[in-house]
Amino acid sequence: MTVGQVLLVGAVALPAVGALAVAGMPARLDRAARILGTVIAGAVLAVTAGLALGERTWFAYLDGSPVVRPWHEVDVVWAESLDLAFHLGVDGISWPLVALTALLTLLCCLYSLWTVPAPGRGRLLVALLLAIECGILGVFLSLDLVLFFVFFEVVLLPMYAVIAVWGGLDRRHAAVKFVLYTLAGSVLLVVGIFTVVAAAGTSDLVVLSTQAGAGISHGTQVAAFVLLALAFAVKSPLWPLHTWLPDAHTEAPTVGSVILAGVLLKMGTYGLIRVAVGTVPDGARQLAPVLGVLAVAAILVGSLVCLAQTELKRLIAYSSVGHMGFVLLGIATLSATGLQAALIGNIAHGVITGLLFFLAGAIKDRAHTGVLTSLGGLRDTSPLLAGLLGYAAIASLGLPGLAGFWGEAFAVYAAIDRGGALWTTAGVLAAVGGALTAAYLLRLLRTVTHGPAAPAVTGLPRVTTVELITWAPLVVLALLLGVVPGIVLDTTIAPVNALIEAVAP
Amino acid sequence: MSLPVLCATLLPAVPFVLALIGLLLPLSSRATAALFGVGGAAVALIAAVLLAFGIGDTPVEEFIQLAEFGDIEVTAGVRVDLVTAWVAIAVGVVATAVQVYSVAYLRDDDRYVPYAAQVNLFTAAMLLVVVASDLVQLLIGWEVMGICSYLLIGHDRRLPEAPAAAVKAFLVTRVGDVGFWIGIVLIGLSQGTFRISELGGGEAVPTLALILLLAGVAGKSAQFPLHTWLPDAMAGPTPISALIHAATMVAAGVYVVARLYPVYHPDALAVLGVMAAITMLLGALAACAQEDIKRVLAWSTVSQVGYMAAALAVGSANAGLSHLLTHAAFKALLFLAAGAVIHAVGSNLMSHMGGLWRAMPTTFITMTIGLAALAGLPPLSGFWSKELIIGVAWHQAADGHDHTWVAWLVLTSALLTAGVTAWYATRLWLRTFFGVRRGDAAPHDPPPAMGVPLWVLAVPAALLGLLLVWPGASGLGLGFTDHGGESTSEPGLYQYGISEPVEWVSIAVTLLVTAAGAVAAWAVWRHDPAGDPARILGPARSFLAYGFRLDDLQARVVVRPVQALARLVRAADERAVDGAVEGTGSGTTGLAGWLARLHGGGLPRYTTTVLAGVLLIGAAVGVTEVLG
Repeated sequence: MTVGQVLLVGAVALPAVGALAVAGMPARLDRAARILGTVIAGAVLAVTAGLALGERTWFAYLDGSPVVRPWHEVDVVWAESLDLAFHLGVDGISWPLVALTALLTLLCCLYSLWTVPAPGRGRLLVALLLAIECGILGVFLSLDLVLFFVFFEVVLLPMYAVIAVWGGLDRRHAAVKFVLYTLAGSVLLVVGIFTVVAAAGTSDLVVLSTQAGAGISHGTQVAAFVLLALAFAVKSPLWPLHTWLPDAHTEAPTVGSVILAGVLLKMGTYGLIRVAVGTVPDGARQLAPVLGVLAVAAILVGSLVCLAQTELKRLIAYSSVGHMGFVLLGIATLSATGLQAALIGNIAHGVITGLLFFLAGAIKDRAHTGVLTSLGGLRDTSPLLAGLLGYAAIASLGLPGLAGFWGEAFAVYAAIDRGGALWTTAGVLAAVGGALTAAYLLRLLRTVTHGPAAPAVTGLPRVTTVELITWAPLVVLALLLGVVPGIVLDTTIAPVNALIEAVAP
Repeated sequence: MSLPVLCATLLPAVPFVLALIGLLLPLSSRATAALFGVGGAAVALIAAVLLAFGIGDTPVEEFIQLAEFGDIEVTAGVRVDLVTAWVAIAVGVVATAVQVYSVAYLRDDDRYVPYAAQVNLFTAAMLLVVVASDLVQLLIGWEVMGICSYLLIGHDRRLPEAPAAAVKAFLVTRVGDVGFWIGIVLIGLSQGTFRISELGGGEAVPTLALILLLAGVAGKSAQFPLHTWLPDAMAGPTPISALIHAATMVAAGVYVVARLYPVYHPDALAVLGVMAAITMLLGALAACAQEDIKRVLAWSTVSQVGYMAAALAVGSANAGLSHLLTHAAFKALLFLAAGAVIHAVGSNLMSHMGGLWRAMPTTFITMTIGLAALAGLPPLSGFWSKELIIGVAWHQAADGHDHTWVAWLVLTSALLTAGVTAWYATRLWLRTFFGVRRGDAAPHDPPPAMGVPLWVLAVPAALLGLLLVWPGASGLGLGFTDHGGESTSEPGLYQYGISEPVEWVSIAVTLLVTAAGAVAAWAVWRHDPAGDPARILGPARSFLAYGFRLDDLQARVVVRPVQALARLVRAADERAVDGAVEGTGSGTTGLAGWLARLHGGGLPRYTTTVLAGVLLIGAAVGVTEVLG
């Protein structure tokens, strides 16, 4: 095995083994177990960083050469009788998401070293976080459809447990809703995947992407795309399949919300690009306008709901609907510009919304309320929290110069680039949605940070050093990606061009 | 890296880095914050001066690739020429004056540290707009300026209206920026690049794109109908008003049109001309009825930026930029002087002032220079630059080629505005410094940190105009000359040059109108020195004071409908969309419960059911037998 292959297997195996080890430690070693979990999460981040090293030259796309060209690849037989392969690989489209997952998991573990929500037993929380990480990394690294589906499902139950055990007052309802809703999506996903596998005769993503739907009839492609797109639309989420999200995000504990918003949703958009668009492009081309219209609806509905929202975490949760709408709009254009916008939008949303949820959690834990009107005057009582919240909100509204700008602005560009009345209208409405986004985030800041100090925010505990250490990487990344978007876009451009060449020639 | 490129890079970079460090400083480190604040602005000023000396006749450009989106790339770089250097110097001078002044003005403010850093960020963002070589890069500075204005306008915690004014400033400009971004998108699509120097002249850029850009320009430069945020922005500390009104923000819109001048063509400029003609007069009329000294100045900015836009609309980027520079000097001076008055009197209202000239000589003299420059009295700076604009409009109206009606509109509005400007400037001067003392405070001149910037700004406010007419100015790319880099070959666009006859008639008419306005204000005031000359406005006064009630219109047409729509969408989303989901859940649970109850009836019901079933089967069998 090469170093790259060891790293690939390690990226999936290390969190799995770590989860078992941490969960297996006795209760009296709770803190030690959490430290162990954090160390493992750190090691996983190092492993994923290592994946970017080594040979990753990219040749111009030529007829017949594979569309997906992993930097590193492992392909071993898994269950021969079922023709299943354990096929992992990493390329420019998946690597930024892999790194983001590892980073956010590490930050969440770090945060859980000092802060464990009721009812305690932090080692189990950390173990579940590692289990979720294993699933998400598996999804991003799988190059086999069946394997992809298996990892997709691995994530579900640990996340259910995180919400149901450590969540807020209405946690059980939110957790059940989350699990049933996304399970319904999974049913569609498995049917969709087996439709593709049966029609194409292989479950290998490299082969499937390179064939780009050749040999699958138009009708089958449309049917498969509908199934797959519905499944991923639930996960992303796409309006009107989004209503599990506000409940789950609001009730989940801070680390749960961060992982949910930061990377879990990205399984949907990533799946849409790599699986749905990549394997059945005919279907994608047929249904792209529908996807585009729904994405714009998500942007407008998401931001309008936020404008009338009264609870801090719920507002941030709903903002994800709008932001992911921009990502989905980018994908729907089926153009290199749109996919580039979607991929950097994915990462930016993960960083910024992760930070927003960390801050919202810190504020709610201190003030014991999330009602916006009872949080006024934070700027006077806790300038640091107010300043950071302001920064994250400004990043979230897509201010040029911070990470959120690129994805949203260029999703609009890609839509207008498609031309025609439908796409031009979509682009213009999305741009208007951008202004509405600014409106609700400034409304949030105006209620929370300005004005006279409310009783709930007086005498708040100081921001701890650990919190600052946890947040700092996200603060820095939000600025860095804004100023040097090439960090992500230079990585994604080659595979994106190859994919577009294949699916939308 | 050549000297101009190095200077141009340092211009935004130094204040930006110092702003970042400043934002991380603890609230107690005032001295460091002041050092970084003044230092950032001063270094930028030095870099701008070096740039002006280092740059030759041809523009210099250097850039790097920032990102690739499909087949379009975004770059970042600097593109500098003499005009860039001049505008950068104006920004540097005003920013330095504001930073020095703020040290004293915010002496008792415990949030001075982030304030100084935010002013630095504001300066950096404006300078980024000034040097940017790429439209997307320009947009970064453009929007960061918006957010800085939001932060700084909302700075004062004692003013209940400040947060609303701050949000309004950002949102109104952001609405304009929807058009601005779509305009940039259309330019990118039609030209295949965002680099300003690569854009094709003539008709290459679609008119629609240029008009959409004007929406963003109207937002930033406070042009009708997106000017409504500027008067409210007075809620910010006075030095911030000076910064926003003189060197950043409002200047940015005009500068961007000038920067893109080679690609603008007459149809798009006609739209700008109509906008400018309305804005000039509307701003000046609204200024006549204000009671708050800062609001008079704010409305006067709306009006004066209208002049700059008008110059661009009738074909002279030189005239627009010349007025941008003179206005930067006299408006920064006026705001800082007004701040000194407010500082001394403890109120913004002119009804609490009066008779201050003896007690505050520094403020009186410098503010008199500023007001005279604003009104356009020769030989002060405002006279020359305004004359330049009216002269161009005059030429264009008389023998222009395209859209001469725009030139006529602009000319009429500009002449009327000159008279109205003289009227409100005189009113402000008389009400503040003459007549009876109406407040009970003991006024005094400001401390040196506030007084010195006034004198420093008074020099260009008085003398900058002479530079414009100095024949050597042709080498500086300003004034009554052609500027090669900004000229356009488009027929009908007129370049006003020193070789053209100076329009003595237009100068005479302007001076006459100006004098009439000033004398009218004086005559009314003299009749009752304790009263307000604005009383002659009669019933129109409150209409003008509320800015033609456009705020009400904006609230009724945009703000409240959007809020109502938001509530409606939220309700629909929670009841209908989520209701369907929850309904599926509770429906299934209900159905299951009903089925479970059927199976939970106890022995009697089971017996009955079984017997009924037997009977039913028996009957069915019987019927089948009979029929069979």
